[in-house]
Amino acid sequence: MNRTSRLATTVMYAATIVVVAALLLPFVWVIFGSFKTQAEFMSDPGAWFPRGFPVQNYVDLFVEEGFGRYFLNSAIVSAVAVSANVLLSSMAGYALAKLDFRGKNLIFSVVIFAWIVPYVAIFVPQFLIIVQLGLVDTLAGIIAPILVSPLSVFIMRQFAYSMPNELLEAARVDGAGEGRLFFGIFLPLSGPAIATIAILSFLGSWNSFLWPLIVAQSQGTFTLPVALAVASQASNTTEFGLLLAGAVVVLLPVLILFLFLQRYFIQGVATAGLK
Amino acid sequence: MTTTPEGRAPSHSSGARGSPRRPRARSSVVRRSQTRAAWLFLAPFLLVTAVFTAIPVLAALGMSLTDLTSRDIRTPLAVEFVGLENFVDVLTDVAFQRSMLNTAMFVLLCVPLNLALGLALALLLNRGIRRLRTFFRAAAYLPVITNIVAAAVIWQYAFAPRGPVNAALENLGTGGLNWLGEPPSAVAAIVMLGVWRNVGTCMVLFLAGLQSIPESVYEAAAVDGASAPRRFWSITLPLLQPTTLLVTVLMTVSFLSIFEEPYLLTAGGPLGSTRSIALWVYEQFGFGNTAASMAGSFILIAFVSVVAVVQFRFLRGKN
Repeated sequence: MNRTSRLATTVMYAATIVVVAALLLPFVWVIFGSFKTQAEFMSDPGAWFPRGFPVQNYVDLFVEEGFGRYFLNSAIVSAVAVSANVLLSSMAGYALAKLDFRGKNLIFSVVIFAWIVPYVAIFVPQFLIIVQLGLVDTLAGIIAPILVSPLSVFIMRQFAYSMPNELLEAARVDGAGEGRLFFGIFLPLSGPAIATIAILSFLGSWNSFLWPLIVAQSQGTFTLPVALAVASQASNTTEFGLLLAGAVVVLLPVLILFLFLQRYFIQGVATAGLK
Repeated sequence: MTTTPEGRAPSHSSGARGSPRRPRARSSVVRRSQTRAAWLFLAPFLLVTAVFTAIPVLAALGMSLTDLTSRDIRTPLAVEFVGLENFVDVLTDVAFQRSMLNTAMFVLLCVPLNLALGLALALLLNRGIRRLRTFFRAAAYLPVITNIVAAAVIWQYAFAPRGPVNAALENLGTGGLNWLGEPPSAVAAIVMLGVWRNVGTCMVLFLAGLQSIPESVYEAAAVDGASAPRRFWSITLPLLQPTTLLVTVLMTVSFLSIFEEPYLLTAGGPLGSTRSIALWVYEQFGFGNTAASMAGSFILIAFVSVVAVVQFRFLRGKN
């Protein structure tokens, strides 16, 4: 009995390691590949390891390909999207859970509706609206539709429901205004939900590709994913060192955050998975 | 994080319970100030949703019923109403039919693979292994948060004619493949990318499902002498059924609207073998066939809605 269970455990560890290693393999490719020179790709395409770890690809990326600008654009888009989501989505979620008003259920249906509409169905009219607003080829045009997200509102509403009403009621009886209740009592107690919203909107905005691709028309407005996609389509598999270094630059901020906030990431995306 | 859209009873009932003797006039003042605050708090969300979701949905529906092309964008009122003509054209278009078939193929290949692999990982991490569990979970989850463009670049490199996958195949003695240049292997590469990016989501959802099964059920079965496979088939799978349905619906919706993978990896080629419905919609938009593009996207919405309705029935049933 004991021996079979030990055998079973060994088999299960082996299976886990094999599957997880297979899932991690692309990360190994991208990290090692980003340090290879073009000559190495040509002469020895099957080599796993680079001959050394020269940072030339990264230098070229920022100096010659202008990735500094794209990085800055991505950072601006994400910073605004995250701050706006944390503030605006939690305001909406709080109102839906904690305030009493007519039309509440209707608004909640709007949240659910906005949540399930497939993006591919609305990007064309969205783009036409951006044209009308004069925001084509601006960072504002990239950011505007993601200032709030129905998913963040939904998460905040669920969180607010789980918070006892007594605190708010007590403050209300003492004469505190609604703004005071929200900023002074609700928000300071909403750490975990805010973390989830912040991470989801960071992931969404940093990784977003189709919308920035449509809105950004010149290099000055490219975000990192757009720039990387344009580069990969232009060079057509010739300059892998540069492209893989670009991929690392796109991946790194998210990976570093994931390292520290793993729990919130998994919780957040599992919730997003419920979409 | 709770999973049901309906949380608890509306908050006003507990508010009334908190102060039963509050004078009527005062409570209506409170209510009025709450109403005002609520609309103020909701205003930014409603504005953004109206401008960038509600109006676009209506506009998309409207456009799909006209002969709008990109040339008419500046004078949208000059277009003609053509009824369902676009829908007829789109549904009889060979390229669109092909894209429906391709999309169905992606769904039929990716969804079962994701379910099986996600469940297997969840089972291993739930009870199979104890040490390094968090590490394995995080590692299996990494592809989920990976940027799709970066992933496509890595995949293009991996499956390049002289890339690491072919090099490994040649080391094994078999010849390499022109992975992204031949229809069957291009489909296989996209399926692999699709599974790689989604398996972590399936795993996490299955893990949550597994953790909701009480340990006592297994203990009782073990006392009765049920073997491990028996316990899996008679306890785990039946009790996991709601989660399985959820993951199936989720993955189906996700792969029905698959876009980035074929767009970035193969641009729909070779020979249209990887062009999905969403990619067809995007291409028609690019060609200037705006109305046709919108009709195609509404056909896609119809497919997604069918699945979403199933999902909502299920969510409500669970509530």
